[in-house]
Amino acid sequence: MSSSADLGRRRILAITTIAVGGAGIATATLPFIKSWNPSVKAQAAAVPVEVNISKLDEGQLIKVMWRGKPIWVVKRSAATLAVLGAHDDKLRDPQSEEPQQPKYAKNPWRSIRPEIFVAVGICTHLGCSPTYQPDNFSDHVDGVTSGFFCPCHGSGFDMAGRVFQGVPAPLNLVVPPHHYLDDGRLVIGTERESS
Amino acid sequence: MKGLVRWLDDRIPMTATYKRHIGQYPAPKNFNIWYLFGSLAILVLFNQLLTGVWLTMSYVPTTDGAFASIEYLMRDVEYGWLLRYMHSTGASAFFVVIYLHMFRGLLYGSYQKPRELLWIFGMLIFVVVMAEAFMGYLLPWGQMSYWGAQVIISLFGAIPVIGDDLTLWIRGDYVVSGATLNRFFALHVIALPLIMVVLIFLHLIALHEVGSNNPDGVEIKKHKDEDGWPLDGIPFHPYYTVKDLVGIAGFLMVFCFFVFFMPEGGGLLLESPNFEAANPMKTPEHISPVWYFTPFYAMLRAVPDKLGGIVVMGMSIALLFVLPWLDRCKVKSVRYRSLGHRINLAQFAISFVALGVLGLLPETTILKWCARVFTVGYFGFFIALWCYSKREPTKPVPERVTFK
Repeated sequence: MSSSADLGRRRILAITTIAVGGAGIATATLPFIKSWNPSVKAQAAAVPVEVNISKLDEGQLIKVMWRGKPIWVVKRSAATLAVLGAHDDKLRDPQSEEPQQPKYAKNPWRSIRPEIFVAVGICTHLGCSPTYQPDNFSDHVDGVTSGFFCPCHGSGFDMAGRVFQGVPAPLNLVVPPHHYLDDGRLVIGTERESS
Repeated sequence: MKGLVRWLDDRIPMTATYKRHIGQYPAPKNFNIWYLFGSLAILVLFNQLLTGVWLTMSYVPTTDGAFASIEYLMRDVEYGWLLRYMHSTGASAFFVVIYLHMFRGLLYGSYQKPRELLWIFGMLIFVVVMAEAFMGYLLPWGQMSYWGAQVIISLFGAIPVIGDDLTLWIRGDYVVSGATLNRFFALHVIALPLIMVVLIFLHLIALHEVGSNNPDGVEIKKHKDEDGWPLDGIPFHPYYTVKDLVGIAGFLMVFCFFVFFMPEGGGLLLESPNFEAANPMKTPEHISPVWYFTPFYAMLRAVPDKLGGIVVMGMSIALLFVLPWLDRCKVKSVRYRSLGHRINLAQFAISFVALGVLGLLPETTILKWCARVFTVGYFGFFIALWCYSKREPTKPVPERVTFK
């Protein structure tokens, strides 16, 4: 063996070994990272749900579970709808500019049918579930009788799920994809099938 | 016996390691009560590991089984209640001890050169302990477990672009679910304790490399006798092993009082909503984290912007990491530093405790403003320190440690 090692050759071998080995290790982390994603089972559990709304009273809120989240279905009275536009100046996003709702719910009442409001009952701040206050919401916002108040960090939303200013929640409540099969049947989780 | 020791020493550095780290480790002779908390932290860690292993023998990490298995442990397993209360009280004790241990470092400048790396290892341990405590709190699958985890995981959702996918990835489902519970269990009982033990090992090795600081903040290595033994040093054993035993006795009195007479700690150690099983459809009236997270939580709430609040909370930890470089003063101990520094340190401690109290209370307008004032106090400490520490008027530091 010659006494002088070929240092250049040795360095190239070292660098390629590190590069190839490093790429191998980096690729090997993939299964560990990917296994944390929602499993097929969790995704399958996220199928649409059907709700019967024919017996819903005015002012009543029912909760259904979709993808493990509480979904609210509220029937708003004509009086409630009439005052929805009266406090736009106190809202962060009165025109629903942020993409928190499907296109067909980007309207003043944020729903398909004006009286039926469907929303994910999870605060956009840190994921608590706000409380429905049909009569005493004015404790939190002057002059607004009904709305949703989050007990965790004090965020308030109006009867169209629009967030008030000066609270930690940054965005309006999410309106999930939904459509109606007929007068009394609502489906949460999918858009209307092409008919 | 001697033959066995020699046989071992020929094969593993047993006696040499004992001498280097215990029998002949030179510790400054002027340690005061603040120097108990390091060894107490080891004691509490041991308690957590031991009781934790025993808890896993009864615990079932599923959404159906978790809450019921804890009830089973509390009611049907002999001494199960004691094992659980030792573990739950131990978690709080861990933070008490660690916070005091860290404050000792602030008092006597134990983070300053040459102990920067030692401090960073300590900070890493603190972060891992916080993660460990957070994940452990989900395991009983009570209402506060569930909603607390929901809130903390949602914090990551504020990160621009990747936030939503990241929270989905952490939970492994669209909400906190059985998948989340299972992975938190794995991390809580295997991954994080392993990392913690390795970090504590590195923390101790780094400490013994540079040597312990002391309440005077002078290096005892500067003055050695002809054998190379520091003149102000005494061997760790028997001097400080015996002293630590006294500290341990005192600590255990307080600890056992809580374990036996106040295991819920008036709702501070175990929160009342957690005696109800998790219900994803109903948020408890008032969500607050366990007391040891509330200072950071109060800062999060004080900022009226989601991303801003999270940045502030992250910064409050990050600034502690770089503390050795923010403090540009050459004098370590608060004993010989300026009045301004003492006031700054005092207001920092007050701000931290006040934020801790505020984080426990429901939010009102006045309290929100209080939290903002104290958040400014917390951050002001670091900013002010960086500004004045370079030209700080200090008192003369003695050559040797003072000792009566």
